[in-house]
This record gives sequence, structure tokens and C-alpha cells, in this order.
Amino acid sequence: MKHLTRAALIVSALALAACSQNERFGENGMMGQNNGAQAGIQPGTANDPASPLYFQSSVGDRVLFAVDQSTLSDEARMVLNGQAQWLGTNTDYNAVIEGHADEQGTREYNLALGARRANAVREYLITQGVAAGRLQTVTFGKERPIEICSDEACYSKNRRAVTVLKSGLSG
Amino acid sequence: MRHMTRFLSVLAAAVLAVLPLATLAQDGPLRIEITEGVIEPLPFAVPNFVAENTAAADMSQQLTRVVAQDLMGTGLFREIPPDAHIARITSFSSPVQYADWKAINAQALITGAVSVGAGGALTVKFRLYDVFSGQEMGSGLQFNGTTSGWRRMAHKVADAVYSRITGEGPYFDSRVVYVAETGPKDNRRKRLAIMDYDGANVQYLTDSSSIVLAPRFSPTGDRVLYTSYETGFPRIYVLDVASVGRRVLETGSGSMSFAPRFSPNGQTIVYSLTDGGNTDIYSMDITSGRSTRLTSAPSIETAPSFSPDGSRIVFESDRSGSQQLYIMPATGGEATRISFGQGRYGTPVWSPRGDLIAFTKQSKGRFHIGVMRTDGGEERLLTASFLDEGPTWSPNGRVIMFTRETQGAQGASSLYSVDISGRNLKQVRTEGAASDPSWSPLQN
Repeated sequence: MKHLTRAALIVSALALAACSQNERFGENGMMGQNNGAQAGIQPGTANDPASPLYFQSSVGDRVLFAVDQSTLSDEARMVLNGQAQWLGTNTDYNAVIEGHADEQGTREYNLALGARRANAVREYLITQGVAAGRLQTVTFGKERPIEICSDEACYSKNRRAVTVLKSGLSG
Repeated sequence: MRHMTRFLSVLAAAVLAVLPLATLAQDGPLRIEITEGVIEPLPFAVPNFVAENTAAADMSQQLTRVVAQDLMGTGLFREIPPDAHIARITSFSSPVQYADWKAINAQALITGAVSVGAGGALTVKFRLYDVFSGQEMGSGLQFNGTTSGWRRMAHKVADAVYSRITGEGPYFDSRVVYVAETGPKDNRRKRLAIMDYDGANVQYLTDSSSIVLAPRFSPTGDRVLYTSYETGFPRIYVLDVASVGRRVLETGSGSMSFAPRFSPNGQTIVYSLTDGGNTDIYSMDITSGRSTRLTSAPSIETAPSFSPDGSRIVFESDRSGSQQLYIMPATGGEATRISFGQGRYGTPVWSPRGDLIAFTKQSKGRFHIGVMRTDGGEERLLTASFLDEGPTWSPNGRVIMFTRETQGAQGASSLYSVDISGRNLKQVRTEGAASDPSWSPLQN
């Protein structure tokens, strides 16, 4: 029962993430995930280490933050080390780092907090050798939660910075 | 929160006592002191406005209802229903039979007349009577307009009645720009909408293809500043309400800007700009596009709002370690902290009267809308809920509208209003979920 629930949650979270991405960047969007796939990388191959799907699922595209904080935990640094390595190998991709906050804050403050988080990730990736020009940041404040309950279980997943790949070929 | 009570009962008793002495009746005029709070709403009667021609028959009834709803919506007035009326008003010019209105305990009587002319010309007249002193309060007024604007004419009548009885500025003939929301919490669609203060006449100003946030009216109500993700990044736009045309404001080196607000003369805007993860406050001359940095700190500085005279700016900053409120000169410079209570303070907004600052407070897992004096004194919390935020002032500085969001996976936002006395908390009618209201100035 527990396993089922967890599996279902993961599946739905992935589905949601995919959904919001498609919607966010639309057909002529800046996001190269789908375009990139068509431009050469076989679609649906999370086993292909050069694929954005691999980056999302195996490297890990996001790090989490404590309440009202933007400092990187040791765990977050591990994930970002992996991201830096991946970006170092896959130079066709640039990234937009999205900073997010949980709903427990005012709108404007959360925008500023999300920007801090995205920037913390960007600065760290730069120290790990990723060229600054390949990394943009954006804040969504509390506008785009991935988990929707009003408990810490959800809040902890919403306080995040997500490294979203975009095809460097177009930009 | 203090609920102070002083009411007309004192005055009314005095009026009753001196009734035989007609010359003294004027010592006890019909009056509600809003700042003192009210224990019992003032009873009034508003018989259907006389339709002066057949074309005005329906409209006179609808218009009378809106007048009654405006007044009752304040929580300061109670309508004595028409079926309890003894007297019938069939002519606007006939003398009022005060005894018939006293008998049903109507303290205020509003009479009116409506006529509809060629081409949809609409004329509305009204008179206000102080029943217990047996005299007219102020002189009758006539408004000319068109039938399409009939609700505004009703609001103008109600505004005049409200102002005469409370001594406060009017606010019913005003609009609210806000964010209309649809969709689930993890895929919220947002678009700008504008409506009358009471939720009527909704018009959508943008589509929902990009996130839009926190619209703010210009001091004349003709333009709206807001934040949109049209480019994929938060940027500030200015929208012309009449044409719905919009343009992005070039806010300088950083790629993210938000939290804009107009100065009282409409020439300058203040906003937040994020550069390298750090958010500071800037101002921009809206004509030349020239921007000036007002704060320069590694902390978060955002949510700036001008004083009504344009000389100062209240804003929030976490430079002390948590979100607190500060005031600085409009040109930047040294800031003075004004919030010192327990918890976090954000989204300060200066009252149009200049006397108070409304804010959002977070304390012990709850959110509050509150007000404090501009020196930080006399803090009063007006609301409490899972999530209240983003106050905006009515044009007369007596009512605050804000966003209230409910808890949980099905959580949704709606607009609420509350008096600065903390009384009369109520939901504002909107077509769907709604957030981030900004109250316009009084319309012309």
C-alpha cells in the first residue's frame, strides 16, 4: 500500500512537471527539451546519459531548501556537482535555474526569495566550472508549486531550485 | 484589536428628547462616526425611486436596490424593507410625511426620481432626509449620464448619502483591478480583470497565457502597472485601461523586476529589481524611462509604496534577519524601521489619508491584515486566517480589501474586505477565484 502510494505520487509528480513545462514554454518556447529530442537525441531514453531525461531522473534536476533559506545543503551540493559535470559534458545545453518558494509567505517576498535560491545554485555551478553565460535564473516565488497540500511534506518539496535545460543551439 | 463603540443612540436620544424644540434639532444631526466603531447599524428607508417616465420603470427599481446594497454593504446602515413602509413616495417634489417614517423608526430617508430620455440619457435625482429632526440633510442632487452607466449613478447617490451621514469621503463609485484565477493549485491560470468595487461589470484585461501578478492602479485610474511572465521572466508592464494596450518597462540591467507602484502624481514608479539574486528598490521616471537605485543592501528590499504626498516610501526588508517594515525618503537614503511586534511584516501600503499603513503580518503560522500608524504605533490586526495578504485601501481610507487563500490541496483565493475598525469582514463577489486586488481612486 505504502509503495503503491509512493509510486503513484512520483508518477503524478513527473506528469505534473512535464505538464507545467510544456505549458510554461508553449510551442515556441525557449525550452529545448522536446526540440532537443527531435534534434537528435532519441526520445524517451532516460538511459541515454546525454539526454535531458537522464539529467532529470539520474543526475537530479533540483535541490531543496530549508524554510526561508537559500543556503545549499551538502546533499544539494552533491546534486549540483552532478549537474555541473553533466553540463560540462553536454555543452549543447544551457540552463535556466528556476527558484521557487512554498506558499507560506507574501507574494513579493517569495519572488525575491526564489531569486536568491536560483542564484545560489547558479553561483555554485559556476564555481564547479560551468560558464556563467550558460546559466540564467528566474524566480517563480510561490506561483508554481509542484506539491499542493498545505503541510511541511509538500512545502519541503516546493522550496526548490530546478535546473531546466534549454538547447544552447537556439540561444 | 480594539472595538470602540460610540453610536448614534446617544445622539438619537438627544434628538428625541428635544423634538418639541425645533430650533435645537440641529444640535443632533444624523451622524455616524466610523472611527469609533458602531454597535448598531443606522436604520434607513429608500422607497423605490419614482420613475418619471415609463422607460425608467425597471431601471428606477434596479438603481434603488444598488443604492440600498451599497449602504448596507458598509455594515453601518440597515434598510427598513419596503413592505414595512407606511408612506408611499409617488412624487419627488411632494413634502415628506415625517411621522410615517418615524413610525417605522427610519432615521434616514432617501427619495429619488429617475427618467430615461432619448438615446439612453439617464437622469437621477435624490434627496436625503433626517427623519427625527424633520429636515432635509444637504440639498437634493441631480446626476446626468447614460443608461449603460446606471450602476455608477446609483453608486454616486449612495456615495453622497454615505458622505453626508458619516462625514467621510465617498468610495462606492470606484473599481478594483485584480488577478482572476482558474485551475488547480499546481497549474493556476491567472489573468488581469477589472470590476466595479462591488464585483459588477467584470472585464478581462489579459489572457491567461502568462502568469500575471499584483496589478496596481495609477492615481487617476487610467493605467495599471503589473508583473507578467510574458518573456519567461517577471517583468513590469504598464497597461492602458481604456485601450487595453500594454508595454513593458525597461527596468535596467537585471532580468527580473516586480512589485511596481505609481507615485501619487503618476510620474514615477517604484519597484523591485533582482540582480545577481539580490533584490533592491528602484524608481523610474515613467516618461524618460530613467531609473534610480534607492536601496543598496545584500538583503531583500521589496514592496515599496509612496506616502500620499510623495515624499516618503514605506517598504519591506529582511536586513534585520526577518521581514520588517521601513520608511525612507522618496529619493532613497536612510531608512527607519517602524515594525517591532512579534512575527514578520510585509506588503506595506500607505493609506490615501496618510495616517496609517496597512500590512500583512505572519505570526505563529497565521496571516493577518493589520494597520499601524506611520511611526509604527498603535498596531491593530484586523483579520486572521491561514493566508491573508496584500491589502489595498478604499479611496476614502476607511476600508481595506485583500486576498484570502484557503488551506490545502483544494485551496483557492478570494477577495475580502474589512473596515479599519476590524468590523464588517466579508467576501467580495467575483466571478471565480481572485487575488491581488488594487482599489482605484474615486471615479470622476
